[in-house]
Amino acid sequence: MLAKRIIPCLDVKDGRVVKGINFVNLKDAGDPVDNAIFYDAEGADELVFLDITASHERRKIILKVVEDTASEVFMPLTVGGGIRDLEDIRNLLNAGADKVSINTAAVSDPQFVKNAAEKFGSQCIVVAIDAKRTPQEQGCRQKWGVFVHGGRTPTGIDAVQWAEKMEALGAGEILLTSMDRDGTKDGYDLELTRTISRSVTIPVIASGGVGTMQHLYEGLTEGEADAALAASIFHYREHSVKEVKQYLKERGVTVRI
Amino acid sequence: MSISIIDYGMGNLRSVQKGFEKTGFAAKLVREPHEVYDAKALVLPGVGAFKNCLQNLESLRLLTPIIKSIASGKPFMGICLGLQILFSESEEFGRTPGLDIIKGKVVRFQADKPDGASVKLLKIPHMGWNTIKKQKICPYLDNIEDGSFLYFVHSFYIAPEDPEIITTTTGYGVEFVSSIWKDNIFACQFHPEKSQAVGLKLLKTFAEIAT
Repeated sequence: MLAKRIIPCLDVKDGRVVKGINFVNLKDAGDPVDNAIFYDAEGADELVFLDITASHERRKIILKVVEDTASEVFMPLTVGGGIRDLEDIRNLLNAGADKVSINTAAVSDPQFVKNAAEKFGSQCIVVAIDAKRTPQEQGCRQKWGVFVHGGRTPTGIDAVQWAEKMEALGAGEILLTSMDRDGTKDGYDLELTRTISRSVTIPVIASGGVGTMQHLYEGLTEGEADAALAASIFHYREHSVKEVKQYLKERGVTVRI
Repeated sequence: MSISIIDYGMGNLRSVQKGFEKTGFAAKLVREPHEVYDAKALVLPGVGAFKNCLQNLESLRLLTPIIKSIASGKPFMGICLGLQILFSESEEFGRTPGLDIIKGKVVRFQADKPDGASVKLLKIPHMGWNTIKKQKICPYLDNIEDGSFLYFVHSFYIAPEDPEIITTTTGYGVEFVSSIWKDNIFACQFHPEKSQAVGLKLLKTFAEIAT
């Protein structure tokens, strides 16, 4: 049976991990490769590197990071952040990434997703959706809007319709972040996660808001997500990946242990 | 002696190469017909579309060298698309003929197929870690436990005519064939190069048998 995936996310800036694992056994908390090796040993199912390097000139650094990581760690690796064109994707895949996550560029030009999927295959094209609740009108169902530029800019696009459109254009997976919950530690927006998961037939990764192991459990069960992504709960060693998986297993969730 | 990985511009070959190196075997990328003929052991990886895969191999003039190398008894490992193209034909984009080295078809997962008692739709691609059920004794899988998790990412699966070649199956809506072994060919739907320690064991075993 297909296991639910647990995915730690690392923010990488100028080739260094921001908020790296704060753990005595880790030599260098800022080294992406050391972090990746650590999560690999803990049984993480995949890794996501989110490149938050501001300057475009310095963006090549991520390629070296991916190369070094892929030489040491044999697990699926997704890289997102600042991907603009097919050349960016090709470079990342050649460096050793398995998937790329596209966000703002998909909104600017939805055909980019189609071109990328045709060129490299749907399996490596993840579309990241940053969604925020819109004020609910009386008698209407809850809706969510798509935001870009790290959640700062509203696009006016409906998140459910957008997810369906991205699937139709060839996205292989949706990385869904609730902007209402991101950073709050209040848990995933389960209604959002479930609504999107039911609207598409591609896998959905839940993201944004994890503070406890129960939140991960809820995302994978009530939220019907195929994978759960989290950052700070792992970085600050509040829980290890191993611990989380044991917790999920005890509650009947299929995980790889 | 080194393992030759066929590089035809599809997917992440670096991980396959590094995977062999990690287990102590030299591995190189090859893309010239004579390099395929000269190889002692061949690995054909790949993700993406069936048709593109064949077209790329054809335009690099690698199809004939691959077919002849397999026929000559050279150890051969196919991964994902490298497994699928060995078959007679695929349902991808209507019907696309394959290499026909192994009789059978490549078919698509049906999203609306009920999964046991539940009526939930299947997510496609089948992406993530799933278990293998061993169907017969196979030297390539000797070091891998029955029920091990391996990493998959695919929307199509193989349906071989000859059940004797089936080494493992995996459940996803249907029970599909996740690896085969026939003479000098071992080929799998999962990605050993992405399956952490278990996957590296498989690469190592292949390299040991092949070299």
